[in-house]
Amino acid sequence: MTRTFLGLPGPRPGAAGEGFPARAARAVRDSQLRFNLRKATRTIRARRAGVVSELPDWAELRRAGKAIKDHTLRNLDAYLLQLEEAVTRAGGHVHWAADAAEANRIVAGLVRATGETEVVKVKSMVTQETGLNEALLAEGITAYETDLAELIVQLGDDRPSHILVPAIHRNRAEIREVFAGRMAGWGRPAPEDLTDDPPALAEAARVHLRERFLATKVAISGANFAVAETGTMVVLESEGNGRMCLTLPETLITVVGIEKLVPTWRDLEVFLQLLPRSSTGERMNPYTSMWTGATEGQEFHLVLLDNGRTGVLADETGRQALRCIRCSACLNVCPVYERVGGHAYGSVYPGPIGAILTPQLHGMESELERSLPYASSLCGACYEVCPVAIDIPAVLVHLRAKTRHPVAERAGMAAAGWVLERSGRLARMQRLGGRLRRLAPERLPGPMGGWSDTRDVPELPAESFRAWWERTDGGRR
Amino acid sequence: MYGLTIFGLTIQEGSVRVALFITCVNDTLFPGTGRAVVTLLRRLGVDVDFPAAQTCCGQMHVNTGYRDEGARLAHHTIAAFSGYDAVVVPSGSCAAMVREQYPRLPGPPGFAAAVAETTPRVHELTEFLVDVLGVTDVGAYFPHRVTYHPTCHSLRGLHLGDRPLRLLRKVRGLELVPLPNEEECCGFGGTFAVKNADVSAAMCADKVRAVLDTGAEVLCAADNSCLTHIGGTLGRQKTGVRVMHLAEILAATEPVTGAAGVARGGRGGAA
Repeated sequence: MTRTFLGLPGPRPGAAGEGFPARAARAVRDSQLRFNLRKATRTIRARRAGVVSELPDWAELRRAGKAIKDHTLRNLDAYLLQLEEAVTRAGGHVHWAADAAEANRIVAGLVRATGETEVVKVKSMVTQETGLNEALLAEGITAYETDLAELIVQLGDDRPSHILVPAIHRNRAEIREVFAGRMAGWGRPAPEDLTDDPPALAEAARVHLRERFLATKVAISGANFAVAETGTMVVLESEGNGRMCLTLPETLITVVGIEKLVPTWRDLEVFLQLLPRSSTGERMNPYTSMWTGATEGQEFHLVLLDNGRTGVLADETGRQALRCIRCSACLNVCPVYERVGGHAYGSVYPGPIGAILTPQLHGMESELERSLPYASSLCGACYEVCPVAIDIPAVLVHLRAKTRHPVAERAGMAAAGWVLERSGRLARMQRLGGRLRRLAPERLPGPMGGWSDTRDVPELPAESFRAWWERTDGGRR
Repeated sequence: MYGLTIFGLTIQEGSVRVALFITCVNDTLFPGTGRAVVTLLRRLGVDVDFPAAQTCCGQMHVNTGYRDEGARLAHHTIAAFSGYDAVVVPSGSCAAMVREQYPRLPGPPGFAAAVAETTPRVHELTEFLVDVLGVTDVGAYFPHRVTYHPTCHSLRGLHLGDRPLRLLRKVRGLELVPLPNEEECCGFGGTFAVKNADVSAAMCADKVRAVLDTGAEVLCAADNSCLTHIGGTLGRQKTGVRVMHLAEILAATEPVTGAAGVARGGRGGAA
């Protein structure tokens, strides 16, 4: 598998060399983080459950969402060409990018051609995946995030930790500190008397961003969906900041992963129901922007990005990950995510979906990538809430079988397999264990020590069930 | 779903062969659970066989990424239970492994057909009691305050629903108290508990807090593996709350000496 750049954290030390367990262990000990995450994920989780239960046809919608995505992925070649033709017909320019570097090169070239050195951005996962902001900066172009949470992250020199709520790891007191300390360095400063009252924080962001919207001539966005039949781009958002970016600037550049296509407007209808309820727990999101090609006074460029997706498409079990519509329902319900947050996953895509997407798009060369498929207790809560029915536990298990395992573990598993392959061997081991049971240490050796640090170890019985059955003829004598 | 009435009748005629799939964890660590299942089923008129060739369903291997080793254990398991009309498993997790994952495993010619033929006959214990035998009152007596944790694989894998609760509600003397946030994973997850021990412990801490909030004396579930994890933490914290497999409660009858009807070896927590 070719290695694709996935915007993995650059400045953080030991990013890819350190596995999920070590990163997660550190996060678990951060009590402020635990508190923030618990509160936020439980609130969204409950809201989602409420609005999903309102729809009597949710199960059918979910089946339809899955079927539409599967059909599109199977016929992606044809739909991509249809989309290109429709966008071109509507006056837009279509560019094809095989990987992150090519996408960034194309976007930087388009911005340079306008003569501008500043761009505003609509919240977009795919441009984080390609590391676009960093690539533009290297070309002397500054990208300003305009989504409120992305703004908090950018001002705080931080990393997003959630797909939908990138600053979920921050509480409002921390956000106030970021605004008060950093806004002045990026543009209009925060008011002197800024409090951590949510409306006051929102107002500070609004005033700060308003100047930016009016002054900037180039915007960059992603898209939630791209309708092949008409070449229409669709962005769903809550704040209206995205719409500012989409409508005011003279040049609009939209980067879209090739799996974001839906064939028709009828298909789109299904996802406009599935996405808001699954992501923010709203019946409908406040702003849905749709545009087809170039509009009056605005030039439009569409960059279609592969970046490993074609490779994922070739994997029969793994390809279902490409159905993902980035709603984050799996993050919000995941008991592991709730305790460690997004940074522990070391990838743009955190949580259960990230644990199956990152290793597939990026390969499993590093310690971190190999450990991601194990960042789950396989509890199945993610599969249950996924609006396009991605069987995340099944893909995790599938990826685990493709990883390289530690030598000691391989030896242990081989030994266990040898014993369990014959009932006679198992019985002999049980008898041996029964005789030696008093010698069992309270702290288990090696990697097993992680168990006994917080839990009592079960005591081996003197007699196994099978020995009892044999001795008593199943309790009959 | 399983042709209940006809099946129920033939069982009474004694012509149906029912096998107990004890599972490697119960066999090795919790023989008391196995004895309780035998006691319970005999009381309901079902005489189970114990096919001695059985070992392990292969879940630990498959879920840890050792698919081929796990598949060999799956082949062995399917062979060990061929020819039985029903297979009873006192573990939601192992039953879900057979039902959900066996069809996805590679195997020799005939394995897929054998899986398709066998899996509909594999029943987790409460499924067997409620769906196949059609009973919810199993004649048990257990005068204690009990809470029930639906394990992930019994809840989201097998969709056991309220079967365990219907059985527990009919136990005389038993006071059933609901477990807050019951659907949340306890953090066991097989080798997850070792590979990500810190996260696993953090998840268990929340589960333990929920259990203590109920004021229950006993926590029960359909899986001894999850109970070992939660019980081990309850024991380490000296909470005094005991964990018991559901089968042990359902097997208990009057008169009760001591706290529980079925003796069980040292597991965390004072009796």
